[in-house]
Amino acid sequence: MTKGILVNYDFCTGCHSCEVACKKILNLPKGEYGIKVTEVGPFQYSDSGDLKGKWEWTYMPVITQACDMCESRTAEGKMPMCVQHCQAWAMYYGEASDLVAKMDGKNRWALITVKE
Amino acid sequence: MFYEEFLETLDRKAYHEGEWRWQEGEYTVTRTNHWSPPGCHNGCGVLLYVKDNKLEFVEGDPLAPFNNGKLCMRCLDLVEAVNHPDRLKYPLRRAGERGENKWERISWDEAYDEIVEKVNFIKENYGSHTILFDHGTGRNIGWQLPLFASTALETPNVSNYGFTGFACYLPRMIGSSAKMGEMNIIDVSEIHEKRYADPSFRRPDVVMVWGNEPLKSNADGFLGHWIVACMQLGTKIISIDPRLTWLGSRAEVWLQVRPGTDGALGIAMLNTIIDEDLVNHDFIDKWTYGYDALVESVQGKDADWAAEICGVDADDIRKAARLYATAESAAIQWGLAFEQQIAALGVTAAACDLMGVTGNIDNPGGNVLVKCAFDIEKRYGLGDFKIPRENYSHKLTTSAGIEESDIVACASADSFIHASEAGEPFKIQMLWIESGNPLACSSMDAPRAYEAMRNIPYIVVADPFMTPTAVACADIVLPVAMSCERNAVRTWWTPARSISKCCSYYEAKSDEDIVLELGRRLKPENWPWKDDKELSTWYLTDQYAKGGTSYEGDFEELQARGGYKYWDWDSQYYKYEKGIARPDGQPGFDTATGRFEFWSWGYNHWGVDPMPYHIEPKDGPIANPEMYKDYPLIATSGGRSYEFFHSEHRQLETMREFHPYPLVTMHPDLAAEHGIKDGDWVWIESPHGRCRQKAFLFPGIKKDTIHMEHAWWYPEEEAAEPSLYGVFDSNINNMTKIFETGQGGIGSGIKSFLAKIYKYEEGDEMPGVTVTEKGGFGDYVFGAWAGDKKTAEERMAKTYEDDAVRRAVAAKVADADMQGRNALNQAMAEGEDAIGTFTSKE
Repeated sequence: MTKGILVNYDFCTGCHSCEVACKKILNLPKGEYGIKVTEVGPFQYSDSGDLKGKWEWTYMPVITQACDMCESRTAEGKMPMCVQHCQAWAMYYGEASDLVAKMDGKNRWALITVKE
Repeated sequence: MFYEEFLETLDRKAYHEGEWRWQEGEYTVTRTNHWSPPGCHNGCGVLLYVKDNKLEFVEGDPLAPFNNGKLCMRCLDLVEAVNHPDRLKYPLRRAGERGENKWERISWDEAYDEIVEKVNFIKENYGSHTILFDHGTGRNIGWQLPLFASTALETPNVSNYGFTGFACYLPRMIGSSAKMGEMNIIDVSEIHEKRYADPSFRRPDVVMVWGNEPLKSNADGFLGHWIVACMQLGTKIISIDPRLTWLGSRAEVWLQVRPGTDGALGIAMLNTIIDEDLVNHDFIDKWTYGYDALVESVQGKDADWAAEICGVDADDIRKAARLYATAESAAIQWGLAFEQQIAALGVTAAACDLMGVTGNIDNPGGNVLVKCAFDIEKRYGLGDFKIPRENYSHKLTTSAGIEESDIVACASADSFIHASEAGEPFKIQMLWIESGNPLACSSMDAPRAYEAMRNIPYIVVADPFMTPTAVACADIVLPVAMSCERNAVRTWWTPARSISKCCSYYEAKSDEDIVLELGRRLKPENWPWKDDKELSTWYLTDQYAKGGTSYEGDFEELQARGGYKYWDWDSQYYKYEKGIARPDGQPGFDTATGRFEFWSWGYNHWGVDPMPYHIEPKDGPIANPEMYKDYPLIATSGGRSYEFFHSEHRQLETMREFHPYPLVTMHPDLAAEHGIKDGDWVWIESPHGRCRQKAFLFPGIKKDTIHMEHAWWYPEEEAAEPSLYGVFDSNINNMTKIFETGQGGIGSGIKSFLAKIYKYEEGDEMPGVTVTEKGGFGDYVFGAWAGDKKTAEERMAKTYEDDAVRRAVAAKVADADMQGRNALNQAMAEGEDAIGTFTSKE
């Protein structure tokens, strides 16, 4: 199986820590990213049943081709930079097959893997 | 639980548990903390990688319980800040006129010699009190700089230049101290070394986030994302904010209040809780004082009353009140908006009373009583007893509106400006600015502060970078070392923490080294410490106090522990039941009555309404309908960004990549009415001045409200006047005013004033030109104790001689040592009969 990063994106706050942590370890210049947070919203649902009046404001990190899952760090037992610095405790690293088991239907989860 | 899993899976060996410094290949790695510069209010654990005296890499320390290895984007960009080419490398002496940005390099000895000569001349001829000391927030300002001001410069006049009404945290601190005898913070497990896994901890059912955006601001020793961790454990949110925030978008209730009306909202929530009998009778009966007075004071001030004032739905107010009151544990995360409105102490009282009526005080997941670890930091103004009494008697303690008690330990910022302008009550001879950039950030009338400062003959600035303030005013500039280039200690709540020096940068020196070296030259008998480590040890363990602190150990021991040590007093709950919340060992709170005081003796002693109150913003739609016709927008300001700490970090390419320009947030419908598109430059104007920011269209703000960012300057722009790095061009403090405060001289209306907006057109005159070449915006009278021209004219009839201000200055001396707990003792002594009556009535 492959390594993956699991995101509990109910709790991603868009704080940019993963982006900068990654830029610094990969030494990426202005405008280039190994991980980049995307934003949906904020908007208020006008008429969608239970969602009416609720705010939607979701962040989700997208991992780019530059990501190697911090191979050299994880080989030493350290966490990938983005996972370690996630201020919201919204990211997990591990075997993708293990991470799938966390996807419990109680939060919004996304499992991300990269080409090896 | 995510935290237990984190602890179980963390590879402690990989992160060198038990070591504070080690070798990793060609890098020397140091386990330490960072706080400033560049600044923040916390002190997260970091691992610093240094090669050949150069910081090359930084990561968070997963073994540090404070931040669990997490860092914000600013700390992750530390390498760029520390090695930035714009950093000051050597001491500089002004070579041209002020504002020309012409400097000559000098040695530290030359700088020290010149400063010592000036200071000694001033002491001999004018008195040491004619030296003003300005500092900002965040850096090593809590004790190092006041110690230097007190025991080397020997001036009692330490404050923040032009920062009216002590409008940053201090009002909440003194308010809480008066009501419950101690400061309080919300308990999201930060008081425990084991954090969320501590067996005594229980996450709050509800957190009411009120008047701050903690995820971005991380203010006052509190990391906002701790709340997000608790949300994963089930914590619900109530958000009170004019803007939608990430937390607000996930809140059970979001109360989108009109800025400056939080007092009314708090009173209405109290009314609902009392009226519906949701109070904690057991706590009220056993541990509080003056509950009947509170019940009486909130009569008639119900949710419908507040809904109209605050511009929110009455049912939402009731819903929030019920949610807070019926939770098993609930906490109020309060913020800067409390005192950046003129009802400052009234709002603080309301929030404390909400804790009081529900008994959410010192309970797991509530608001806990807190002191700085090991009682190390007891009070502000370290060493001020060593100031000669004659000079101490000239402490500038008069704020606008205050005539009596000296509520806070700092001198008054209003008095600083007045003395600079009018030479009253004496002429200012020197200004020392360290860890501050007042023209960019804290001076609430920036153009006026600029003019006032230029009236001071001699100004020293110490900073890591050349700042607009330094270019405009400084005669000498001293290069300051960054966080990783110093040995230092801090307690802002718990744990006690240290910073270990890892590298150096040209001739930059730490604040600690500067004050030690100059202290020895100016007043050697007051500066016996051989170096920064010995000074830090003295701070941890001694500080002149009879009982000292309760810290055992020294700097090296703290460093070797990985730079942190938790304190068991802070980690205990229900301290008031255990007899550890009072110095006499009795159960109860450290207040005049020994109880939580709904009717506050401290407030009463200060001449402040002892019950929660609301005051309409002076320049607001209700108090000033005339102005509202021409300035139809409610302007609020100062919301934080992830990228910046106040005026810092603007040099850093990575931070500007994410946040290139200052943003004025407005509703898309408002923008459309003015033909404004997202990203357009927009003028924001009040009768007092104007500034330019870029439009940010955002649906989470009301159409009649705008929000502006603070502390912007452009290090990439021209340093010399008229630009001064563009410091006035986007400066919201062109519009805000000094000399206008609330009760007790506390609070400032800078988050709630009236303004209008219109599009910037090519060729419009920039504020830098207006201020530096054309005498400013013209809405104040130099030397008048008033914030604007109209008020100054109203006061023209009076001379300064018979002004209350003068009387207050004269009456100050006897009361000058009084603050916080002392004020309460005095109140208790004065109020003994009254307390007796109350008790017997019970």
